Amino acid sequence: MIRLGVPSKGRLMEQTFDWFAARGVTLSRSGSDREYAGRVAGADGVSLVLLSAGEIPRELAAGRIELGVTGTDLVREKLAGWRSDVAEIAPMGFGRADLILAVPECWRDCVDLDDFASIARDFRAAHGFRLRIATKYHRLVRAWLAAHEVADYQLVDSQGATEGTVANQTAEAIADITSSGETLRANSLKILGAEPILRSQATLFANRASLDKARPFLAQLGIAI
Amino acid sequence: MIPKHDKQAVGQRFLTAFREAGAVEVAPDILLPAATLLDLYGEDIRARAYTTTDPLRGEVMLRPDFTVPVVQMHMTEGAEPARYCYLGEVFRKQDPGDERPVSPRDNEYLQAGFELFAHDPQADAEVFALFHRLLSPYPLRAVMGDMALLMDAVRALPQADARRDALLHHVWRPGRFARLLSRFSRPAAPRDLPDTAAAWAGLRSRDEMDARIARLTADRDAGPLDPVWIARLERLFAIRAPLPVALADLRGLMGEWPDLAPAVRRIEVRTGMLSSAKIAPESVLFDASHGRHTMEYYDGFTFSFAAESRPDWPPVASGGRYDALTAVLGRGGRAIPAVGGIIRPGLVAELEAA
Repeated sequence: MIRLGVPSKGRLMEQTFDWFAARGVTLSRSGSDREYAGRVAGADGVSLVLLSAGEIPRELAAGRIELGVTGTDLVREKLAGWRSDVAEIAPMGFGRADLILAVPECWRDCVDLDDFASIARDFRAAHGFRLRIATKYHRLVRAWLAAHEVADYQLVDSQGATEGTVANQTAEAIADITSSGETLRANSLKILGAEPILRSQATLFANRASLDKARPFLAQLGIAI
Repeated sequence: MIPKHDKQAVGQRFLTAFREAGAVEVAPDILLPAATLLDLYGEDIRARAYTTTDPLRGEVMLRPDFTVPVVQMHMTEGAEPARYCYLGEVFRKQDPGDERPVSPRDNEYLQAGFELFAHDPQADAEVFALFHRLLSPYPLRAVMGDMALLMDAVRALPQADARRDALLHHVWRPGRFARLLSRFSRPAAPRDLPDTAAAWAGLRSRDEMDARIARLTADRDAGPLDPVWIARLERLFAIRAPLPVALADLRGLMGEWPDLAPAVRRIEVRTGMLSSAKIAPESVLFDASHGRHTMEYYDGFTFSFAAESRPDWPPVASGGRYDALTAVLGRGGRAIPAVGGIIRPGLVAELEAA
């Protein structure tokens, strides 16, 4: 049996259902909207598991599902050494979002990461503590800033309403996912630099140890691995 | 697989030797306040140290090294000169990035350490000679460096203060340092920083921004750094040779760069002290960039002992001078000259078993 994990609600679920339907496999929620059970038509030996998108990386890595649909951002943030445990099978072309670093729009002297590094150094000297970046993507942001040798900053955890932290003076900058950038603009923040920290989209992943088992189903979807 | 008990026994041997060298044994806490370590080391420490929370004390970290608690203890209770030694576990996590490592490093291991707080110019040589003597039975390569040499070199560049300060600040970050240097060697490109209608937001003040813009504007008038200085810096950073050869290279460089003289003289004096301690200078590798890849806050003499047969290992012992750390921990107040190092008894036990 191939267990396919799919986000349990919202646009991500609907677009996932559409993606599989376009490949001849009909996924549906059984019973009422409140019940997290699913049905699969058009493929043998496949069962549907509806899960929170945030839990799919962990379930994939543990092998409790063989295939799963979730964002590349969540897999990379939540699974240390992700490539050893899961394989990226197919980008699905929706759920696109960029993980970006944003600073107050009023900082007209801050255009790129070199400016940011220099401002962080000044800020630390002036205020006696490190410039704060609010985010929930701790590992990704830390690794990216380390790779660019930015020092003098600290991460502060923000699990929601991250864009508001600058106005509330609990952070000086934010690192968050954005698709249109509208919320950022509404909060007088601007995206730093041309390249995001990560470009994310909904992606079909497989548990690496289950690749052989999943091969026939993936072939049916038109994916050769 | 060597039993922990055996590693502990090796550690006890070093601890005894440190005590015989005049050190007082101390036993710092394992749970340390996270805020101090974060302020010192930044986010890198969060990637390396285990963090947990205490309902009353807030965020705490499992001891990632002994230096901070020993320095804090000395600053509240001690008087110079003071020698301390310790033996205990440190805890380090490894965040593997995209792929799991084939052979993960140890997450908890013993450190046996010796720290010396003294204004004495002989302190560097004393610590190095002690480690050298204790480690001489093992096939290890002794390497030393000197961050003060590099910092003196940067200070001597014919550059405006703002540029010098930026270079000094990033001397431990080779990529950022190289970017700055290459920017300073080109004619400054005027920055277009258009006004914005956005309302002011956040804790960073408009005055802080104006001060930085004034600095950027002033920098526009600064002439580019003559490429000859970049070539000299590159030659300096690349010196990596047995100590007497490295000293000859340094003296050669000093001919075109007289400001290096005091730092070179300090290294000569230190080398003389090592010879007096019966350490052959030609057996020690001098690597000018050695301290750039170690912990920030090493700001003088640095050293390590690496197992030549095991390039996959971290150094079996390492240490250096960290006067800057005591200044930061002392909140800009008291700075105490300090030098010290650690040995990893677990690795020594493996060398003995091999």
